[in-house]
Amino acid sequence: MVNTDKNTILISPVTRIEGHAKITLQLNEAGEVADAKFHVNEFRGFEKFCEGRMFTEMPTITPRICGICPTSHTLASVKACDMIMGIQPTYTANLLRRLMHIGQNLSSHALSFFHLSSPDFLLGYDSDPAKRNILGVAEKFPDLARRGIRLRQFGQELSERITGKKIHIMGIVPGGMAFPLTEDNRKALLEWVPEAKETTLQAIELIKRFQDENREMVRTFAPSPTLYLGTVGPNGEHELYDGKLRFMDTDGNIIQDQVDPKNYLDFIAECSVSWSYLKYPYYKPFGFEKGIYRVGPLARLNVASQMKTPLAQKEFENYKAMCGGKPMHGTFYYHYTRLIECLSDVEDAERILNDPEVTSLHIQNFGRWNYDEGIGSSEAPRGTLFHHYKTDSTGKLLMVNLLIATGQNNPSMNQSVLEVARQYVKGDDIQEGMLNRVESTIRCYDPCLSCSTHALGQMPMQIEVLDAGGELIKSVERN
Amino acid sequence: MNKKKLATVWLGGCSGCHMSLLDIDERILEVAKLADIVKSPVVDGKDFPEVDIALVEGSVTSDEHLAELLHIRKNTKTLIAFGDCAAMTNVTGMRNYFDLKDVFETSYVNSISNDQEGEVPDNPYLLRLHDKVLPLQECVPVDFVIPGCPPNADTIFYVLFEFLNDRTPNLSEAKKLKYG
Repeated sequence: MVNTDKNTILISPVTRIEGHAKITLQLNEAGEVADAKFHVNEFRGFEKFCEGRMFTEMPTITPRICGICPTSHTLASVKACDMIMGIQPTYTANLLRRLMHIGQNLSSHALSFFHLSSPDFLLGYDSDPAKRNILGVAEKFPDLARRGIRLRQFGQELSERITGKKIHIMGIVPGGMAFPLTEDNRKALLEWVPEAKETTLQAIELIKRFQDENREMVRTFAPSPTLYLGTVGPNGEHELYDGKLRFMDTDGNIIQDQVDPKNYLDFIAECSVSWSYLKYPYYKPFGFEKGIYRVGPLARLNVASQMKTPLAQKEFENYKAMCGGKPMHGTFYYHYTRLIECLSDVEDAERILNDPEVTSLHIQNFGRWNYDEGIGSSEAPRGTLFHHYKTDSTGKLLMVNLLIATGQNNPSMNQSVLEVARQYVKGDDIQEGMLNRVESTIRCYDPCLSCSTHALGQMPMQIEVLDAGGELIKSVERN
Repeated sequence: MNKKKLATVWLGGCSGCHMSLLDIDERILEVAKLADIVKSPVVDGKDFPEVDIALVEGSVTSDEHLAELLHIRKNTKTLIAFGDCAAMTNVTGMRNYFDLKDVFETSYVNSISNDQEGEVPDNPYLLRLHDKVLPLQECVPVDFVIPGCPPNADTIFYVLFEFLNDRTPNLSEAKKLKYG
């Protein structure tokens, strides 16, 4: 902690989050937190430098937006390319793409839960910062840490055994897939299923126990109502790879349903702000103030009518019962919903791996440039992701617009930080554990700020506190 | 043998190299026997301390990255350019063909999803982007390079394991030099 002045807290940078960010807390005259600004601090400019390239290069370039959810970017990108070519992937290619995306979701969620968040639950928010990490967990709970590492590994193996690579995969191409799944690899992947299921169930028990034992904290943890956006299947079922958009209001009413992702601009707008490289998207019909919505596991489970697999459905019913069928607004429940998705992922992977067509060699349809516009979406681990391309008649890109999952959580992330800061930070009395609570609020959203095109980075954290007159009174920094 | 001090740093990149580091899976526990990971995006840490080995992912894109890298160099015995962005800017450097002002305006002012006239972010708490993205060795001496986008997990483990045992890794064997 660095005390640079008397009325602003700067937490920098937030550790154990995938991204660079700083937070400024503004105090009022009574020394209470009046405002919080979450500064996302990196920018790489994909939307500009992709202009002039061939649209077919995008599924290879855009995974480099984010090393944590590269496959989600590839999928949104390749679906935009499918639309430009006017072709559909084969049945088997869709199975393999789904498997790849399950792997993506699983490895990212396992990272979020075991590597980044479980140290808080298992070792305590106020435990020694030097040990508050996955290695600290491994010392005290070796079996659980090992299981967590292996659950993430299973997700990554799904990628590797289909396309030969774990990160920045190359095998997903317009019209389908470039590589088939071999029988050996299919069997090897199936062998992971029982362990992955067991680990996920253990993690769910762990988070439920934590929720029970810390009821008050969980209940009051940044519970501000927002709208929700998620992708659903034709019957409102939870969906990660390919479906239609559903928007829900704060009371749980479905305000838009079965919206084709290619109409996203009718419902989503963004504004840029001076103090962050991450823009502020909102639900267009309601305007900026009232249109704050969230995406990601919490949003997907809030908008979904049902899960696609039995064990996940059982857990989903428990989740729905906890909030009386209404949307769950408490930010802490991102963790629980993330794990319910993991369970669904493992079950769904098992179903797909047992589909007799999964090893078929009919994996690609061929096409060429046909249309000058393509829009693709996917449910990245952190939420709905849109890629929008316009091309000239040779297929050269004229415009690229990327609407990234973490970006859409940005307004509410900011709101949540403010709520937690109000609760835990009073004047310049700031304890290490309090700072960690502000950080862990952000961690609930699991923001991958590198993936936010309009942002990137690693989240060492800096909080500055400004007094009522805007003067910096305190700066807390953790690199 | 004394435990070594290891740091991993993420500058302008996608974190894919760090994810590939995590892809060494349970071998991270072997690394932990030989080294304390004193600074990394995946642990809670303090200021960058003196370390034996630093894996630096990403390019230098801004004033903050440069300051950070200079500090790291001063405090690190073996500085490793970790992945293609660190070694040669890779995708991060693709904006070097364009004027920075255009790059900003495309995303913040002229974006098709913008509701109104946008503004380019400008705030004292934000880092200042440099006009051109640079690889590490344009800014400081680099002791070793692990290529790849991202480097293969086995290669990463091999390099770390050699350095942690006071040996210099040899990537010339084809199997070890697996790109991506």
